[in-house]
Amino acid sequence: MKKIISVTINNEIYEIAVEPNQTLADLLRYDLGLTGTKKGCDTGDCGACTVILDGDVVNSCLVLAIQTDGSVVDTIEGLATEEGLHPIQEAFVEKGAIQCGYCSPGMIMSAKNLLDKNTNPTEQEIREGISGNLCRCTGYQKIIEAIDSQKS
Amino acid sequence: MAVGKSVKRIDAVAKVTGRARYTEDFFEPDMLTAKYVRSTIAHGRVTAVNTDKARQIEGVEAVFTYEDVPQTTFATAGHPMALSEVHKDVEDRLLLTRDVRFMGDEIAIVVARNELAASEAAGLVEVEYETYDPLIDPEDILAQDARPIHEGRSNIVGEHNYTFGGDVDQAFDQADHVVEGRFATAMVQHCQLENHIAHAYMDDLDKIVIVSSTQIPHIARRIVGEALGMPLSRIRVIKPFLGGGFGNKQDVVLEPMVAFLTLKLNGRAVQINMTREECMLCTRNRHPFYIDVKTGVMNDGTLVARDMDAISITGAYASHGHAIAAAGGSKQSSLYPKAATRFHARTLYANIPVAGAMRAYGTPQVIYALECATEDAARKIGMDPVEFRLKNVARQGDINLLSNKEILSCGLVECLERGRDFIDWNRKKKDYEQFKTGPIRKGLGVACLSYASGTYPVCVEIAGSRIALNQDGTVHVLVGATEIGQGSDTVVAQMVAQTLSFPYEDVLVVQAQDTDVTPFDTGAYASRQAYVVSNAVFKAANQLRDRILAHAGIMTDEDPKHLDIVNARIVDNRTSEAVMDMKTLAIDSFYHKERGGQLTAEISYKTTTNAPVFGCTFVDVTVDIPLCKITVNQIINVHDSGVIINPVQAAGQVHGGAFMGLGAALSEEFLIDPESGYVYNNNLLDYKFPTFTDVPPLNHDFVETFEPTSGYGNKALGEPPVVSPPPAIRNAVLDATGICINTLPMSPHTLFSAFKSHGFLDGKGGQHV
Ligand code: FES
Ligand code: FES
Repeated sequence: MKKIISVTINNEIYEIAVEPNQTLADLLRYDLGLTGTKKGCDTGDCGACTVILDGDVVNSCLVLAIQTDGSVVDTIEGLATEEGLHPIQEAFVEKGAIQCGYCSPGMIMSAKNLLDKNTNPTEQEIREGISGNLCRCTGYQKIIEAIDSQKS
Repeated sequence: MAVGKSVKRIDAVAKVTGRARYTEDFFEPDMLTAKYVRSTIAHGRVTAVNTDKARQIEGVEAVFTYEDVPQTTFATAGHPMALSEVHKDVEDRLLLTRDVRFMGDEIAIVVARNELAASEAAGLVEVEYETYDPLIDPEDILAQDARPIHEGRSNIVGEHNYTFGGDVDQAFDQADHVVEGRFATAMVQHCQLENHIAHAYMDDLDKIVIVSSTQIPHIARRIVGEALGMPLSRIRVIKPFLGGGFGNKQDVVLEPMVAFLTLKLNGRAVQINMTREECMLCTRNRHPFYIDVKTGVMNDGTLVARDMDAISITGAYASHGHAIAAAGGSKQSSLYPKAATRFHARTLYANIPVAGAMRAYGTPQVIYALECATEDAARKIGMDPVEFRLKNVARQGDINLLSNKEILSCGLVECLERGRDFIDWNRKKKDYEQFKTGPIRKGLGVACLSYASGTYPVCVEIAGSRIALNQDGTVHVLVGATEIGQGSDTVVAQMVAQTLSFPYEDVLVVQAQDTDVTPFDTGAYASRQAYVVSNAVFKAANQLRDRILAHAGIMTDEDPKHLDIVNARIVDNRTSEAVMDMKTLAIDSFYHKERGGQLTAEISYKTTTNAPVFGCTFVDVTVDIPLCKITVNQIINVHDSGVIINPVQAAGQVHGGAFMGLGAALSEEFLIDPESGYVYNNNLLDYKFPTFTDVPPLNHDFVETFEPTSGYGNKALGEPPVVSPPPAIRNAVLDATGICINTLPMSPHTLFSAFKSHGFLDGKGGQHV
């Protein structure tokens, strides 16, 4: 049976009925049309579905939508503002950290979370901080360069 | 000058904002979901299927079995149609099968209103089998009494022989030394981040529209027609953004089935969205090879003879089948053109998952064996492996004896020299002398590669480009070249901007492919696109340029030969003064009541050349004997891919390829049960492709040559970087330990056996002795 939850997504409050077995990833993608969040495995292995839930990164394919009642969720769609791209998005564009782009939304959310928590990570801290996100195109090299360029 | 500049990717902002729409981001109203019923055995025949229980599940709309599908076999390989019998792909596939050839084969399919109902119902379809012994080991497959995996066909899908450079046996007789080696490579997978996905619907109950994550929209259209017995014009394939392919989507996997289902269901939209487990098990992967190599060498370091005998395993269906071994073997002639060479390969069916095209198409396997053997030959005569290669590799002006074509551009010698300097070869060689014993050892390795810029003369190489001037003075470009993440749309925009002398920002390439609209091109594979499309784009852009200048001439009453385009302005080339801007010209061409028209140019062009590309990898490794672990301390790939159109994007291709090569070298393999054919690790947790913490910083360099057969001097780049890292690492491990590890991947498991058999470890494992 569906249950109504109230969840804040990218600063907007949604009251929405969800199935008990529905994941957050599917709620975002299929019910709300926020298709920027990608799915590459649905089992928590690839990180393509990474979003920020109450200030921490999660694989949204492993979170049930029903668990997010009363929570705050940030997705890739909420990152750019009227002023333009978020600096991390800008850095990914500038440094050539994108190829197919399928990992990019999740990767950028993880990078943002890393830099929010550690403004000056070492290369090793960058590698470890986002090691839950897989990319098959870039060899990670330019992604690291992009994140490195955003250290303060 | 747009060519040679690292302009931003045309699709970068769409991708970083999550706005780029991939196949799964398109929803059709009332779309149904389909799930395959897959075999639970690797080899056998279905004796009964019962779908009663499945049909009772709420939400199930239909169930089809092998009895319901057209009984015409078709080929799935993403090749252009071959007019000659020799190059024809093997037609061995049905939409659903009664004969089971690998664990995961497609027996039936359930269509339901949602994923859950479809999965549940698929699990309730009851299948009974007559089972046969799975044929997995080459010896069993080739046994006289082996059961044919495809009835009426040999288990040998194809056999291929060639020789060049003179009498091979005589060359071996005259060689001072003959070195032999046996090599094996594992089955690995593309693991592109976006799984295979497609949906289909009918607009008007006549035409089928397929939206698919494919590298080959135009080819997919033809094959769907062949599979369903429908005219090609009734099929339309749309390719949105793609989440990677690496060859896995150079094959028709889902398109014929979704088309079949929508036909059966009155045009209702039906989607197949593979799970990761399905995608890894049931799409395509890389052919495992077993290769014997013999090398003849003189005391002065001249490579005189080579003999290679290869077995390639294509798995349950031919897919790209024998083309892989043939293509891989052919790269030797551009790498070591002077040695008398013989290549023999057989490609076998087996009851394991289906191998197909994967980045560099057979070349990584062949060059791995070749470059390990080259190393062994250099060591045999006590020559430095870099010097040995410098003495024997191709140079500009050499003749590729297989194609009988002169190598018009070749920077391989300089690639080797630059790589050697970067890794500090001579100094480290001495320093590492003290690390040849004990538990921690160090070594250096090198390997070369050669590749091609397309498939000609085996296949047709055709590309199309249409460019139209917009009313605001910008241009829109349609190409059949397929953007799959590699950046081809950006490179095309740069080429057009260069030839038209427009700002890069004013050149807009239409991203989505639509076979009803986009010019014909065979798609993204063989690292062909930038090379093959360059000629079509160059010609189309020049044609449009002439038309723009002709219209400017009419407007100004000037002879067009006195006019030029400079930075999107019409300029008088005698005075260098601007005459008008492009928008003024465009508005006149569109709206003047008597003259002009929409200015467009369109070219379809066949490339009948195929430029070889070159490169090498240098690595510095540490081998921890007790831990059975290889650490790559430093790695560089140096490439000659002609003119580099976009250095940042090109670097990305090199990094991505080197990274895949590292995975194949050290950790990636399908773990297949040798008795049952069961795959143990078809998921991203147990299949170990490298994560952020597993790869060292990746370095690259380019030796830029100018390739005269290409529109902008450029050659292939997408696939080659994957080729040389595995042999370079193997050669470095040999340098460090004195042991030839001739099996990929060089995982701790492989190293443990090797170290143990050489007495490096005690019997209990772990202790260094
Ligand atoms: S889709 Fe969630 S981790 Fe892969
Ligand atoms: S850019 Fe393709 S998976 Fe990361």
